[in-house]
Amino acid sequence: MTADAVVIGAGIVGAACADALSTVGLRVAVVESRVIGGGATAAGMGHIVVMDDSEAQFALTHYSQQLWRTLSPEMPAELEWDPSGTLWVAADEEEMQAVAHKHAYYVARGVNVEVLDAAQLADAEPNLRRGLHGALLIPGDSVVYAPCAAAWLLARAQLRRASLLADRVISIGRHSVHLTTGDRIESPNIILASGAWARELLPAIPVRPRKGHLAITARYPGFLRRQLVELGYLKSAHGHDTESVAFNLQPRTTGQLLIGSSRQYDVTHTSIDAPFLARMLRRAIHFMPALEHLRVIRAWTGFRAATPDSLPLIGPAPGREGLWLATGHEGLGITTSLATGRLIADAIAGRTPAIPPEPYLPARFPQ
Amino acid sequence: MIRLRVNGKPVSLPEGSVVAAAIALSGLDATRSSVRGEPRGPLCGMGICFECRATIDGQPHQRTCQIPVRQGMEVSTDAG
Amino acid sequence: MPANFEVVIVGAGPAGLAAASAAVERSRRVLLIDDNPAPGGQIWRGEGRQPPRGVETWLETQVLGPLRPGLLMADRAGVPAQISYEKLILATGARERFLPFPGWTLPSVMGAGGLQALVKGGLAIEGKRVVVAGTGPLLLAVAAYLAKRNARILLVAEQAPRQRVLRFTANLWRQPAKLAQAFSMGRYLALKYRTGLWPVSAHGNGKLEEILLSNSRRLACDYLSCGFGLVPNSELAALLGCRIATGEVLVDEFQRTTRERIWCAGEPTGIGGAELSIIEGRIAGYAATGDRHSATSLFTARMRASRFPREMDSAFSLRPELRRLVHPGTIICRCEDVRFSQLTSHTTWRAMKLHTRCGMGPCQGRVCGPAVEFLLGCAPEGARPPLYPATVSQLALDRQ
Ligand SMILES: Cc1cc2nc3c(=O)[nH]c(=O)nc-3n(C[C@H](O)[C@H](O)[C@H](O)COP(=O)(O)OP(=O)(O)OC[C@H]3O[C@@H](n4cnc5c(N)ncnc54)[C@H](O)[C@@H]3O)c2cc1C
Ligand SMILES: Cc1cc2nc3c(=O)[nH]c(=O)nc-3n(C[C@H](O)[C@H](O)[C@H](O)COP(=O)(O)OP(=O)(O)OC[C@H]3O[C@@H](n4cnc5c(N)ncnc54)[C@H](O)[C@@H]3O)c2cc1C
Ligand code: FES
Repeated sequence: MTADAVVIGAGIVGAACADALSTVGLRVAVVESRVIGGGATAAGMGHIVVMDDSEAQFALTHYSQQLWRTLSPEMPAELEWDPSGTLWVAADEEEMQAVAHKHAYYVARGVNVEVLDAAQLADAEPNLRRGLHGALLIPGDSVVYAPCAAAWLLARAQLRRASLLADRVISIGRHSVHLTTGDRIESPNIILASGAWARELLPAIPVRPRKGHLAITARYPGFLRRQLVELGYLKSAHGHDTESVAFNLQPRTTGQLLIGSSRQYDVTHTSIDAPFLARMLRRAIHFMPALEHLRVIRAWTGFRAATPDSLPLIGPAPGREGLWLATGHEGLGITTSLATGRLIADAIAGRTPAIPPEPYLPARFPQ
Repeated sequence: MIRLRVNGKPVSLPEGSVVAAAIALSGLDATRSSVRGEPRGPLCGMGICFECRATIDGQPHQRTCQIPVRQGMEVSTDAG
Repeated sequence: MPANFEVVIVGAGPAGLAAASAAVERSRRVLLIDDNPAPGGQIWRGEGRQPPRGVETWLETQVLGPLRPGLLMADRAGVPAQISYEKLILATGARERFLPFPGWTLPSVMGAGGLQALVKGGLAIEGKRVVVAGTGPLLLAVAAYLAKRNARILLVAEQAPRQRVLRFTANLWRQPAKLAQAFSMGRYLALKYRTGLWPVSAHGNGKLEEILLSNSRRLACDYLSCGFGLVPNSELAALLGCRIATGEVLVDEFQRTTRERIWCAGEPTGIGGAELSIIEGRIAGYAATGDRHSATSLFTARMRASRFPREMDSAFSLRPELRRLVHPGTIICRCEDVRFSQLTSHTTWRAMKLHTRCGMGPCQGRVCGPAVEFLLGCAPEGARPPLYPATVSQLALDRQ
């Protein structure tokens, strides 16, 4: 069979690519070997968050967040869209200074932000422990249930003639992909969106799996209003230590709480590391002692596709004509999926992208 | 006899009984309301279905079929 | 900080109690754990069974999962606990299989064993009109028990066809004890027993008022006590990495699982009834404490006892009509209120779970999983900790 574009993987990134490519008029074929949105997309928190580690990260997250917001009025209920905002929690004066910095940074870029002092923070989230110094509130951040978002984006693409194949790509040729069934799909454009599995098809790609644990509670409506993240997260999460945990707590529209987060390199098994999960939960209790009595109904793990510079790989694969990369989104792929889809579609369709694509081009890494 | 209260109503029943029996004795058929608001009562009687959940002494999501009645317990079926 | 034992047995039903009494012959450090307030499991619930002498027993204790090899985490009556073992015997029993039909979510529609357990737990049943339905010898045991407690048994509806039930009872002469146990129902119940009959729907306003039967009869009742056989509790074994095939834990002749130092006895290895569970439990208890001789001496008894379950399986297999009871709007996942029509466009359990929330609630698919397997042919794979909802502080506890 033939297609104008083949997307490998129907996670949130592949689904967003299919949506965007079908919008510019291409006939898209999506190949997914497991369940739609069943990879990292089913493991992630679905926090749609602006970040400012680098100018490039801000540009991508900010752009993508706007795309999410534009879509939100059309979203079906199962996407659990919740514009609940983020509170970046400062535990000491040093972190309070970081709050001030971030505040200035975002204000300068037109993002609505607010500084809360200790009393305002206690008022906003009464279950937080006393003695915290304050927080930065980003009201425009939100939460989505990513597996259903992926399915929805795909369904939109299918309305624009995209097709979905339940099969596995075993190799990528020149302008074609080969499937387990022996079939091949011929296409001038092949988009590799297989997340942390990208190395299986392209061993040289600079992507490493970075494992994370999450736990979800029973329903406790009203316990938490906004997503809470410790500012120390910035120190721990984006460093490249082999192991780290941080307080990251999310309210779901179901009344459940999603408790994160952890990062581990060089671990490949999917099982729960109970002592490590315990460490992550102790960090959460440290910030919110009232969590102690709440019941966890399930814990799981997932793999982020991490790159050396913490920015994704979006654009042509160096030296492989017709092959495009859309992976390496680490802990932000749900947020940045929509922007990724647009950047790829703009490049293929020869349109001018809304943000400069250079920082994300795979060619920035030596081959 | 063990005395306890279900939604504020006093009930008493023999030692060794479970909280689910006390809820029934108080005149209620449902122990909880489902996520879409349907009334639900115990199903499995052995701690696996979670249909008999109620709040006991302020702790929500307790499986009342597994928990023996204790003197002075406060049981509430109001939370989901 | 962890409590140390040589042999830890999870489950104090017939298999676990038997394993404990065998293990304690050679070991002074045996721990028996059960989540119920008293030993006895499902069948001996409320009968005042005592654990064997010399065995430490922790009740109201739930094993939540492994912490690392040789170490379990548990909730001991609300207090986090860690238990280290040299040998582990899993005797986690089985649960009822529930099949959805319109109205099965109404209060007072319960499991067959479910209603019995609650009555043992003090639920007042005297004078109540009860229909017992579903399949298997358990229905009669339940009906007999409820009748003894002065319930008014209106009907015992067995879905299996008459010929198969008759053939099964005819074969029971080889199992006189079973015969007595299962069919000593007396004239009163014999008159209420019907084969080839099952509930089609349940009706009522906020609680059960009447049921519709497959013969188009309507019957007003206070309780419908309804179970369709048993499902092995293999989740703990799965978490420990033991191999499981078609829902049953794989064991060798010494009841040893595919995992080092872990044995399994009773229903998790296949539904076999109390008699077989006891023998398996004793074999596991002996084998785990190195008494191969005593273990081996029980092999023939085990072979004899395993005939009954095989015959039971074929006699009480579920009829295909039961798959057609659900309507599009019938709730399948009771925790998350997921309806049948939401599931039918998906072909795997994982897709159903991720896209509809089926199985995502606190029961983690223990009720809807077997139902979906029967209705749509796909089953939950694997298990994740905690085995039961556990407080954050319990899971946050570590050895240090
Ligand atoms: C614990 C955790 C928390 C997170 N929290 C957040 C968050 O709050 N916000 C956020 O924005 N991001 C978050 N993330 C990151 C986010 O989940 C990922 O970046 C994102 O889901 C990546 O999507 P993807 O489509 O690239 O990958 P995946 O979802 O993994 O999709 C890849 C797909 O490709 C398929 N596939 C692989 N190989 C083949 C093949 N050969 N043939 C066919 N199909 C194939 C797979 O089956 C899979 O479905 C989190 C991640 C983790 C692990
Ligand atoms: C926002 C949100 C809310 C949730 N809420 C709930 C809830 O309320 N209740 C609930 O029960 N669950 C909930 N979940 C969890 C979800 O259902 C799954 O548990 C989650 O997808 C994690 O899957 P698992 O590992 O437990 O699944 P499993 O069924 O164990 O499957 C995971 C599969 O992915 C494969 N896999 C993943 N990544 C890789 C990789 N990189 N390489 C190789 N294989 C890989 C594994 O081999 C395995 O087959 C929620 C998830 C999200 C995102
Ligand atoms: S009745 Fe099922 S858990 Fe209590």
